[in-house]
Amino acid sequence: MKLFKRHNNVLPGFGPTMGYTLLYLSLLVLIPLSALIFKTAGLSWHDFVAVVTAPRVLASYKVTFGAALAAAGINALFGVLVAWVLVRYPFPGKRLVDALVDLPFALPTAVAGITLATVYSANGWVGRYLEPHGIKVAFTPLGIIVAMTFIGLPFVVRTVQPVIEELDSEIEEAAACLGANRLQTFRRVLFPLLLPSVLTGFALAFARAVGEYGSIIFIAGNMPMVSEITPLVIITKLEQYDYQGATAVATVMLVASFVILLIINLLQKWSRRYAD
Amino acid sequence: MSIEVENIHKQFGSFTALNDVTLSIPSGELVALLGPSGSGKTTLLRIIAGLERADSGRILFNGEDTTEHHVRERKVGFVFQHYALFKHMTVFDNVAFGLNVRPRGTRPSKSEINAKVMDLLRLVQLEGLAQRYPAQLSGGQRQRIALARALAVEPQVLLLDEPFGALDAQVRAELRRWLRKLHDEIHVTSVFVTHDQEEALEVADRIVVMNKGRIEQAGTPDLVYDHPANPFVLNFLGNVNLFHGRLNQPGADQHGADENAVSYVRSHDIEIERSPQDSTALKAEIRHIQKLGPSVRVTLAIDATGEFIEAELTRDVFKNLGLQQSEQVYVRPRQVRVFVEDYQI
Repeated sequence: MKLFKRHNNVLPGFGPTMGYTLLYLSLLVLIPLSALIFKTAGLSWHDFVAVVTAPRVLASYKVTFGAALAAAGINALFGVLVAWVLVRYPFPGKRLVDALVDLPFALPTAVAGITLATVYSANGWVGRYLEPHGIKVAFTPLGIIVAMTFIGLPFVVRTVQPVIEELDSEIEEAAACLGANRLQTFRRVLFPLLLPSVLTGFALAFARAVGEYGSIIFIAGNMPMVSEITPLVIITKLEQYDYQGATAVATVMLVASFVILLIINLLQKWSRRYAD
Repeated sequence: MSIEVENIHKQFGSFTALNDVTLSIPSGELVALLGPSGSGKTTLLRIIAGLERADSGRILFNGEDTTEHHVRERKVGFVFQHYALFKHMTVFDNVAFGLNVRPRGTRPSKSEINAKVMDLLRLVQLEGLAQRYPAQLSGGQRQRIALARALAVEPQVLLLDEPFGALDAQVRAELRRWLRKLHDEIHVTSVFVTHDQEEALEVADRIVVMNKGRIEQAGTPDLVYDHPANPFVLNFLGNVNLFHGRLNQPGADQHGADENAVSYVRSHDIEIERSPQDSTALKAEIRHIQKLGPSVRVTLAIDATGEFIEAELTRDVFKNLGLQQSEQVYVRPRQVRVFVEDYQI
């Protein structure tokens, strides 16, 4: 570790900046999270298992993580498409579209949830055309995916966009000279170079979706066992003054999210194995 | 495969990159496009490759019009200045790329591809590096891989865009000698772009000197060096001194009428002597002495006109003369070329 050999390091300020970083992370992340686990520790192991594996809670994990993975997947696909269009092609109103992408960041999630629920309900602008085909979006798990996709959109676009901008046009020309068609060039040359950033965007969108509460409760319908998300289970427990139960479920969410993010990170490292 | 470039014109906005360029490249030759930056040499190369479209004019390969052919169909090998290797692929996969993307019907089998790639890696003397990634190679190694990758598809024409431009001087010299040797072995018609006259003179069978979107002269290295068509070619192929007016020289290479004549003398064609041997010697004062390894550059001011000239001497000659700054000496141009002054450098 080069960083810790003080006299060999020409970069100044390692001590103060590292100290500040640790303090900052402790106050904002580490201490609240350890309080969570501390509170959970009030439960016996037997009780803890009973709480976190209750059928209704298990169903909520499935809904939350399943929908979040689906939403992040959709975002990974269409986010790359949006980023590609924004970087590669000039078109009128490009700046407007570019600004539009960030809107889900800024919009209060409750507003987003109510709007989406209205648009996708049986007599909403979009919902009325889906309803006759037997597709129900609002107040079903599908609605949860829609809300999660909405709030996760900017993550993939904004992580992939600069990487597409940096792509060297010469490698595409080289591929064309070697006889590759457009699809082969994209699949074999461009996509592998985008993959690390797509995975980062996927991880961010996924993390955001798992933690989302505000917009989903308006569109989900919140039916236990069907369309109830884990954050709502936690809120319900809190409203019933079941603090230990709430923190127990939160702890499971925390660990599960951490493990999934870790796996994505490892995938991301693997996808850029050529760089070192 | 011969290449014919016919009346190619290319405009970028208000900038004329190529102005009615016509050029014929015989099969199997190694040709250098030589010129300063902005002379259109890279644009011409990219148009031959099909990476750029000409506004008008035609490109013929072996007499066949390829103007409308896509770069994929032209079967050209292109080597980029900055290698353009696929950094996420191993050296092996980079070289195999052109074979792997062929349609199933014409794609060689895995073992054939394997054999072919290893052959090419042997050809570029990098057979031990097949499993490395480009990031783990030096610049010279990367460029040789880029060359192997271009050769893998058995191109009819090999095009190289400043192939040694990003390398340091020693690797550069080594690699261009190697390229010459390689070309003698495989004889594929090759065109390379360079702004380095030494590189062009050393490597190429023929040199095409370009300036401002036009071809100034095309010919063998000896021809363009010994008989430059105009002051631009003369100046671009080595340091040259200007004498306004016609120098009275026996055997001077004379062009054009007398008025506005300018005499050009290469700096190593200027002799310095302590006493005038004959009437052609000019009196001058040494202003500056600069030692450049094996040679010495002496800046002199001609007494009669006040013009500054540069002479390049070998170290031995310089030592024997024992020249000092501010000394009065006599200079005698050995070989003079006279052009009428409507050309501007």
